[in-house]
Amino acid sequence: MNNQMFAATQLNQKNQRTEKLVQLLFILMASLLILPVLVILATLVVKGGSILSIDFLFTDPTNGMTEGGIFPALLGTIWLVAVALIISVPLGIAAAIYLSEYAPDNWFTRLINLAIINLAGVPSIVHALFGLGAFVVFFGFGTSILSASLTLAIMTLPVVIVSTREALQAVPHSFREACWNMGATRWQTIRRVVLPNAVSGILTGIILEVSRTAGETAPIMFTGAVFFSPFLPQGIMDQTMAMSLHLFVVSTQVPGVPENLPYGVALVLIGMVLLMNSVSIAFRMHLRGKKKW
Amino acid sequence: MLAPSNLSSGCDQAFDQRNLDWYIDKAVQVVVFMGGISAIIFIVGIFLFITKEGMGFLIDTLDLQEFFGSPYWEPSDEDAPEYGILALMAGTASVTGLAMLIAIPFSLGTAIYIAEFATGKTREWLKILVELLAAIPSVVWGFIGLTIMNPLIIELFDVPVGLTVLNAGIILGLMAAPIMTSIAEDALKAVPDRYREAAEAMGATRWQVVFKTVLPAAKNGLLGAILLGVGRGFGETMAVLMATGHAVNIPGSVFDSVRALTATIAAELGETAVGSDHYQVLFTIGIFLFLITFLINLTADLIVRGIRKS
Amino acid sequence: MVTEASPIKLEIKDLAVSYGGQTAISGVNLSIREHEIFGIIGPANAGKTSFLKAINRMDMFDTNMQVEGNVLFNGQDVRKWRNVYALRSRIGVVFPLPVGLPMSVYDNVALSPQLRGIKEKAELDVIVERCLTRAALWDEVKDRLDTLGSLLSGGQQQRLTIARALSQEPELLILDEFSIAVDPVTTMRIEDVLKELKSEMTIILVTNLVQQARRLADRTAFFLDGECVEIAETEALFTRQASDSRTRDYVEGRFG
Repeated sequence: MNNQMFAATQLNQKNQRTEKLVQLLFILMASLLILPVLVILATLVVKGGSILSIDFLFTDPTNGMTEGGIFPALLGTIWLVAVALIISVPLGIAAAIYLSEYAPDNWFTRLINLAIINLAGVPSIVHALFGLGAFVVFFGFGTSILSASLTLAIMTLPVVIVSTREALQAVPHSFREACWNMGATRWQTIRRVVLPNAVSGILTGIILEVSRTAGETAPIMFTGAVFFSPFLPQGIMDQTMAMSLHLFVVSTQVPGVPENLPYGVALVLIGMVLLMNSVSIAFRMHLRGKKKW
Repeated sequence: MLAPSNLSSGCDQAFDQRNLDWYIDKAVQVVVFMGGISAIIFIVGIFLFITKEGMGFLIDTLDLQEFFGSPYWEPSDEDAPEYGILALMAGTASVTGLAMLIAIPFSLGTAIYIAEFATGKTREWLKILVELLAAIPSVVWGFIGLTIMNPLIIELFDVPVGLTVLNAGIILGLMAAPIMTSIAEDALKAVPDRYREAAEAMGATRWQVVFKTVLPAAKNGLLGAILLGVGRGFGETMAVLMATGHAVNIPGSVFDSVRALTATIAAELGETAVGSDHYQVLFTIGIFLFLITFLINLTADLIVRGIRKS
Repeated sequence: MVTEASPIKLEIKDLAVSYGGQTAISGVNLSIREHEIFGIIGPANAGKTSFLKAINRMDMFDTNMQVEGNVLFNGQDVRKWRNVYALRSRIGVVFPLPVGLPMSVYDNVALSPQLRGIKEKAELDVIVERCLTRAALWDEVKDRLDTLGSLLSGGQQQRLTIARALSQEPELLILDEFSIAVDPVTTMRIEDVLKELKSEMTIILVTNLVQQARRLADRTAFFLDGECVEIAETEALFTRQASDSRTRDYVEGRFG
């Protein structure tokens, strides 16, 4: 009797040791994935921090892009993102409303879902080819903010659709039924009950899309963004510089750039993107804490 | 307060009348439906346009055997241009393969840790970190390969060039891992708790539960995560453009420079005249990339949906 | 008083409802007269809720649900109404699970009048107070009309749901086991209101409390296993005159 208990405890101890070991292994894997990135980010800050200043953000590049600031690229990225959002947000929200509120469960809906998955999965350079073939050449928009933003909008459309659909579906079905019972049309139900309770979730998705759009490089390379432009864009038919492409250019295409300049550009770009994502995450957490039903 | 009820017997006039709200509702239905089919229109449009630009060349000039079988890629040679993408495919395959060797164990390990072991704040923070990692733009990753990894590899391994399969593979692995982690975590979370409870009730320890019950139950979802990672690595452009060294070459080791299919398009499209042979062959590569990623995504979707149904 | 001569508000002919081939009710024939309180009793899964959903055409939102036969509202087949929303706005329904919409208590009740086009604040105020009072909720919420309806207690949400149905000023009011989440005293208050409302509308009262049907209903139907077993004057049904032995067994509490 005693012996048996002893054996059981021993087995238990052995199991516990293995358990600890396995857990340690997983912690190690997780840290090995995350630590290098933190080190890399720290390196960016150390090497690029010295060049950061208000002037850096708000002056033009000078002396063959080896000196000066990044203002035209920063402004160009804002143009590209803004125009892309104007196109993709209404379209994406409409698509999400259709999929969440109207679409029957049939082959056609599955086809739409498949299209969305593939839109997100097609390589960015293929989107670039499409943008060039369709908007620049076929529709004759030329290399312009319009062509580039259309390409970006189509590429990031799945981000808006998926996050909006999730936000809509988080609103319980019983609310819709209660509203339909009163004689509200589908649209009245969506406008009065579903959308007001999904709007913060939709906003979270849009912030995420801003971050995705701002970082893309390949889709704008041949459709609207240029290495260098002496002029600031005046409208959507102009070409523009952009942050992401500017990083590529100063780190690979221009000779004689001082080391801290590309680091500074990378730091600003990554700062923009991570800030957007952090806002989106914080927003989401704040929402989760607020109970409405 | 009542609607008039004197018309209740026999016929009710209201039954035949549609009001403004009814028409607004119909109009909205049409508008959102257009939004829904726009996704289909775009994906078909993408295929049609890249085919339109690349098809003529594919039919008239291109020798498919040379295209897929030759390692010589010299499309800008004026006298005897060569259009072999074998070396480019080898470049893409080697970089993606190495990236997966790195990303699969780490992303699955992290996903298992997040889903099965981590609790409370640790778990929250890990998830946030993974999400932030996924947000870093690919051009920044390329820049990291170029400026941080490059000298590091030269120094550590005492090799002349640091822009190699190794460099791009590590970068791509780090890029793909966060996405694979979150999809894998979803797959693990989808395993019902009763599986875990049943195994625990039989006296299994935590890791036994994970290895013998949870992982087998989630294997389709995990496979889906891996496939999406492959698709992502395959289609990545800026990072491989900047970190591979951009040399047309069938690699003999991880210390060789290579060139990827995507990077080739990105690097050369700007120099070609619209409609030229070179321009068209780049679109032909685009068709190839489109079809491959389409297949990968379709398969991943079917596999992942398979688990949701059962 | 409802008499044989009262006009028919709702007529059901050979109604059958099924979900993906699974029959929920079949062969239901009955007519309900204007200003009548029509009771429906029967055990769980008798098909009562499916019957109600067929009346205001909720099958439109459930592709799995098939309806056969005819439902005539004011003499017109509900499936032939060109504006189904107008039909639903004239039928108030209270389902057993209370749903307070995630908007203020005030907006919960003002929503339906607003959808009908009433914009005047003063007019809305009157409707909101009247409906909440009738649903025996006004005293509890009059000082916090801006709380979210979805955060009220279960019993309060149930009464809010009733107030919302009343705010439609319906011609036909359908109550499906409304007293499940409500305490007995409040139930009695609402029952008294229903007796008053009779002069203004037709009421279908589905209940699992046979005595509630006895207290309120002019006529009562007994549903069992997807069919309508018997329809009779309520008093007759409860005084051992039910023609079907199953009805007698049920009202005397031998099963259910």
